[in-house]
Amino acid sequence: MELVLAISVGVVFGAGVWLILRPRTFQLITGLLLMSYAVNLFIFAMGRLWVDKPPITPTPAIDPAQFADPLPQGLVLTAIVIGFATTALYLVIMIGARGLSGSDHVDGEEPRE
Amino acid sequence: MLLASLVLLPFLGSVLAALMPQDARNRESWLAIGVAVGGLAIAAALFPQVAAGEVVRAEFAWLPAKGLDFVLRVDGLAWVFTVLVLAIGLLVVLYARYYMSPEDPVPRFFAFLLAFMGSMLGVVLSGNLVQLVVFWELTSLTSFLLIGYWHHRADARRGARMAFTVTATGGLCLMAGVLVLGHIVGSYDLDVVLAAGDLIRGHELYLPALVLIALGALTKSAQFPFHFWLPHAMAAPTPVSSYLHSATMVKAGVFLLVRLWPALAGTPEWTWIIGGAGVCTLLIGAFVAIFQHDLKGLLAYSTISHLGLITVLIGIGTPLAIVAAIFHILNHATFKASLFMAAGIIDHETGTRDLRVLRGLRHKLPITATLAIVASAAMAGVPLLNGFLSKEMFFAETLQVGGDLNWWMSYAAVAMGMFSVAYSLRFISVFFGAPAQGLPRDPHEPPRWMRFPVELLVLACLVVGVAPGVSIEPLLHLAVVATLGEAAPVYDLAVWHGLNLPLLMSVCALVGGVALYVVLRRHFDLAQRERVPLIHRLNGAQAYETTMLQLTRGAEWLLRRVGTRRLQPQLMLMMVALLLVPPLLAGVPPAWTAIPLQGFDPLFAGMWLIGAGCALAGAWMAKYHRLAALALVGGTGIVTAATFLWLSAPDLALTQLMVETVTTVLILLGLRWLPPRIESITGSTQPAWRVWTRRGRDLALAVGGGLALAALTYAVLVHPASDTIADFFLLNALSGGGGSNVVNVLLVDFRNFDTLGEITVLAIVALTVYALLRRFRPAPESAGIPPQQRFEGDPASRQNPAEQADRGYLLVPGIYLRLLLPFMGVIAVYFFMRGHNLPGGGFVAGLIFAVAILVQYMLAGTVWVESHLSLRPHRWLGFGLLLACVTGLGAWWFEHPFLTTHTAHVHWPLVGELHLPSAFVFDLGVFAVVVGTTMLMLVALAHQSLRAHRHPGEDAPADGQGGAEGRRL
Repeated sequence: MELVLAISVGVVFGAGVWLILRPRTFQLITGLLLMSYAVNLFIFAMGRLWVDKPPITPTPAIDPAQFADPLPQGLVLTAIVIGFATTALYLVIMIGARGLSGSDHVDGEEPRE
Repeated sequence: MLLASLVLLPFLGSVLAALMPQDARNRESWLAIGVAVGGLAIAAALFPQVAAGEVVRAEFAWLPAKGLDFVLRVDGLAWVFTVLVLAIGLLVVLYARYYMSPEDPVPRFFAFLLAFMGSMLGVVLSGNLVQLVVFWELTSLTSFLLIGYWHHRADARRGARMAFTVTATGGLCLMAGVLVLGHIVGSYDLDVVLAAGDLIRGHELYLPALVLIALGALTKSAQFPFHFWLPHAMAAPTPVSSYLHSATMVKAGVFLLVRLWPALAGTPEWTWIIGGAGVCTLLIGAFVAIFQHDLKGLLAYSTISHLGLITVLIGIGTPLAIVAAIFHILNHATFKASLFMAAGIIDHETGTRDLRVLRGLRHKLPITATLAIVASAAMAGVPLLNGFLSKEMFFAETLQVGGDLNWWMSYAAVAMGMFSVAYSLRFISVFFGAPAQGLPRDPHEPPRWMRFPVELLVLACLVVGVAPGVSIEPLLHLAVVATLGEAAPVYDLAVWHGLNLPLLMSVCALVGGVALYVVLRRHFDLAQRERVPLIHRLNGAQAYETTMLQLTRGAEWLLRRVGTRRLQPQLMLMMVALLLVPPLLAGVPPAWTAIPLQGFDPLFAGMWLIGAGCALAGAWMAKYHRLAALALVGGTGIVTAATFLWLSAPDLALTQLMVETVTTVLILLGLRWLPPRIESITGSTQPAWRVWTRRGRDLALAVGGGLALAALTYAVLVHPASDTIADFFLLNALSGGGGSNVVNVLLVDFRNFDTLGEITVLAIVALTVYALLRRFRPAPESAGIPPQQRFEGDPASRQNPAEQADRGYLLVPGIYLRLLLPFMGVIAVYFFMRGHNLPGGGFVAGLIFAVAILVQYMLAGTVWVESHLSLRPHRWLGFGLLLACVTGLGAWWFEHPFLTTHTAHVHWPLVGELHLPSAFVFDLGVFAVVVGTTMLMLVALAHQSLRAHRHPGEDAPADGQGGAEGRRL
């Protein structure tokens, strides 16, 4: 499981890195989306992997070692929502820049060859 | 509390002044007068304690962990300065009432002036050095704003910038100096620092501390070589020049030196640095003042010279010199403020300040002329006026410097005395001679109350000059004892000390000054001379401008050489750094014990085969087919959500799923505005090897980055987890937070301040998106109706979206999706309600609710939904933030810290026992903000198509149209 997750995170992150180095704004936004998946999973993995042990405590007297780590989960939940907001902002800047400059190149103009 | 109100009062007045209407000149000045009088009353109330030699302190915790407290303290010196600031302030606001013209925006003026008054009082009353620097910079800032008050004038802007650059840079040096001082002493408390003089002087860091603090003080008090900003600051309205740039703010530098005298003075370095700067300033200032043609320019240079005189006295550093310095600070404030006001009256009445034009004003302005002549005489050091007394003391002190053999200091002093007589004569020359013709305005005496402050100040000059023992001595004594303590010398403020050397020097200066003036006027064409003789090349302002220009050029050069505006190289560098820097920083990995790993599950692996495949395919397709790429990336998102679910994070799974949906819809809405891919027929003009090199490089980076993150993830996963605060949350969620879903309790209870910040960010982003879209102009080729919707063979192209849903091809989905709306609403409520104990909560519920509405938009179109449903996302945002804040503030009502939560147990009939945590209300706020944010962004984006449709083929829809739509939203 650990190996599968690690490889997957790596593949998704690599795809994201490739995309953010591309010249078109749409490629950049997809790259950012992919990178945020990878990074969220990475942060989430800091709490180690737990199967069938969600951090939901039935009684006050529990053994903390029997539950998944809630801390990375809280952080990632926030990150997902903020990620959505930044994606929206980026999208609007993207279409706005296209409207203003007439180009969907990340620099706002077609490259001089 | 009394002390705190002394500082707070002007700031409060400043806020009030800013809120008044443009033409409220009278109300503004009454307010300012009220503030000044109130301040003076507080100072009077403090007087008995201060007079008894007590140091009154008021402390407020600021950063207790760092040993920093907000301390206000008043001793004799601070009290005298407080009264000086308030009294001159009172006269200046009275004067300003008549000086400012009805067209000037007075609220701004009085607001800045009162803010300055508060900052200056803050400097004077600070009992903590760091806090003193903060107020110090505030005075620089308010001075900047006041010099630039008439910001339509280029000279005002330039002067303001120059003054601010110089004084604020000095302020930063002072900050550094204070930090060094605090490091030496181990405390920033003024009383502690003042008591540690020997420790400081003996420390190896004494010289750096002294130089830095001196830089701060000398820039503020316009000392050579930083004096050039003061003449340019004369672009400010005259009340400002009179108040800030002669009586108070420029005295902050010398005040600080006097204040820190017990801690820093008494070494050769002190004398050379402070005294040296002072001597240069006093001579240069006085000499240049003679050749000014602008009334205010002359006064500015004379101020520089007098500040130099005070600095020299402080540099000499003997107790008697300090007495003379404090005395001269007070005297100079009195006569110079009155002279500035007189210059302002002349300017106000004649419309010019040019000494080459003004003549014979005593005929038209007899009273002003008399007042100005008396004040000038005080400035020149004529006996029976206050200037004479302190100048006499100055002469006496200069005789002490260098012993019996070295007389240079005394020569410099006499020269300065001569120069000051000469420029005083130059100043009053405007009143004599034949009346000038062709002045811009016909002068006559100013209003009674405009002249009143001048009269009062001149009267003070006279009274102090004639009877110093009964008028100024008690005040001076207070300040001197507070500064010098046991070192306070015996001194005698008599007018007549008998025939002695200082008196001889005074006579020399007076006679020599008159002679100098006559010679200059007769033989050197003083009245029309363009340049200052001998030292006109010594132009500080030019040096400043050159430095600034070089700095800008240097920065531009550096930016050109090492910077780029292109995004790709920047991102590439970032990725390279991401790869290279962490291994460099990381040390040897610690040894670890193996932990039991989760067993391999083929289903999980299969799931990620799809997920990773989607990511790679998405990366490939992003160039060719955006819709496909979006769908593929969404596939990875779904697999991510499933992973969260698999690995015991149901809340994350839910959130990820909903965010995925909303993001996809969002990007779908945006896709319409992107251009088609440019496919060049001839192929790229770049050689193929370059293209492939670039791609190879990027591919290497991508593979490297992926491998690195994979390796890191794996390394972490096979390590045992270290102890974190997580156990605390797990153990206390139910007992302390009243909920069994630890993640939710974490968000809305334990760390709810973070969540409050987060929803604020959400709201800000939503409003930003909305604001950006209001100004959105689509590219011409994507503004029209897309070809798919124009295709005549499709009956749907003749229907609007609502008709499509009612009768057209969307009839079936239309029926059940509308039926689904209440169910989705109920599901949102369900997830919200159970959030505290089971997966769910405000974030998830908000997203579900938003999706429920979105589905309706997608089905029947914007127009139909908005005619049936009034949503107002702005109000959701506002309501949500308000609710979250009010819940947090509610804790104060019960005297708990902000955002403390409480769980109430209510027994309801039928329902039974119900837990009602206050976090629940907070979560409701989160819910509302999430709904508002999502709806606002998506709806604003959706409206763009509507705008474009209404103006097919048009480049820019009319502004009013966009505005009207925005309001309806």
